[in-house]
Amino acid sequence: MKTQLKAALLLASTMGLALPASAADYTIDTRGAHASINFKVNHLGYSFVVGRFDTFSGDFSYDQTAPEATKVNVKIDATSVNSNHAERDKHIRSDDFLAVDQFPEASFSSTKYQANGDDGGKLYGQLTLRGVTKEIVIDVTKVGEGKDPWGGYRAGFVGSTELVMKDFGIPTNLGPSSTTVAMDLVIEGIKK
Amino acid sequence: MSIRNTEQGYGWVAIGLHWLVALSVFGLFGLGLFMVDLNYYSSWYQTAPMIHKSVGILLFMVMLFRLLWRGLNPHPVSPENHQQWEKTGAKVGHFLLYLILFCLMISGYLISTADGRAISVFEWFEIPATVTGINQQEELAGDVHEILAWTLIALVAGHGLAALKHHFIDKDSTLVRMLKPTK
Repeated sequence: MKTQLKAALLLASTMGLALPASAADYTIDTRGAHASINFKVNHLGYSFVVGRFDTFSGDFSYDQTAPEATKVNVKIDATSVNSNHAERDKHIRSDDFLAVDQFPEASFSSTKYQANGDDGGKLYGQLTLRGVTKEIVIDVTKVGEGKDPWGGYRAGFVGSTELVMKDFGIPTNLGPSSTTVAMDLVIEGIKK
Repeated sequence: MSIRNTEQGYGWVAIGLHWLVALSVFGLFGLGLFMVDLNYYSSWYQTAPMIHKSVGILLFMVMLFRLLWRGLNPHPVSPENHQQWEKTGAKVGHFLLYLILFCLMISGYLISTADGRAISVFEWFEIPATVTGINQQEELAGDVHEILAWTLIALVAGHGLAALKHHFIDKDSTLVRMLKPTK
């Protein structure tokens, strides 16, 4: 009886290991603002303007044993752009930049994830910005995952990518040093 | 020198204020249209908005004084040939000119101070922010500012045409008494 039980337990546990890992779903923690979508644009070649999109939402599924199955979806409220300067934000929302009256929402939807085996990888996906959809690649580094102190489970990543403003139809020429936007992403998810 | 208004016509102060405000309104309107389309590398990119905001603040102060002066002076009676509908139209029109001009200046102030920054008047003194942080305040105030600017210019055109009509068609003193005090 005892050996039978042991055998059954052993069988069950090996079966469990053999099962394909099911990725866990996470909600990006925008509620607690443990996630941010930041941008940085060179100013005249001398400095940088740093800003962010205050309002966005999204989720991802991720399993560290099967990172290739990672999926990410994010919706960004383009009107929530905030560079800590009202007059500039108004300009960024105008047709000169994001044309938010026409395109109030930007979105990202991942298509594949290439893990580099070192807790990071490349996340490919479709970014829709100013009505233009283009494939982009985000360099991802995992920060960590585990239980939080309040009974939940979290996983977090940072990501970066660079966008060429012209590619998304932004008509304004800010000068030779300022044709691209560096995106800096901080994403913390709470397991659903 | 007739500084003050009389029952018959405007004094120099009222006339001066009228034309000062008229000149400022046209200047601000033109400068406003010009500055929103400037290239980032234009030498005017910083100065045009600075002048627009500074003159706007000064105009607000001038308008406060104008209201005060108006209250402290007799209001000239309309020329005798004016019809009742003309008198009523003029009253409503003048009221709207004042109202829209004030709303226009306040909305402009609310754009630039939406993030709590003060408005510097020719780097001479600063007007601090008061109302800030309304959701998308600069957008809302900006839309209001643009609509009111065009509305004001339309009203001003009507105001000017009415004055010309009085001068050339009715051949009365309406326009002339805003050019020099009536003897």
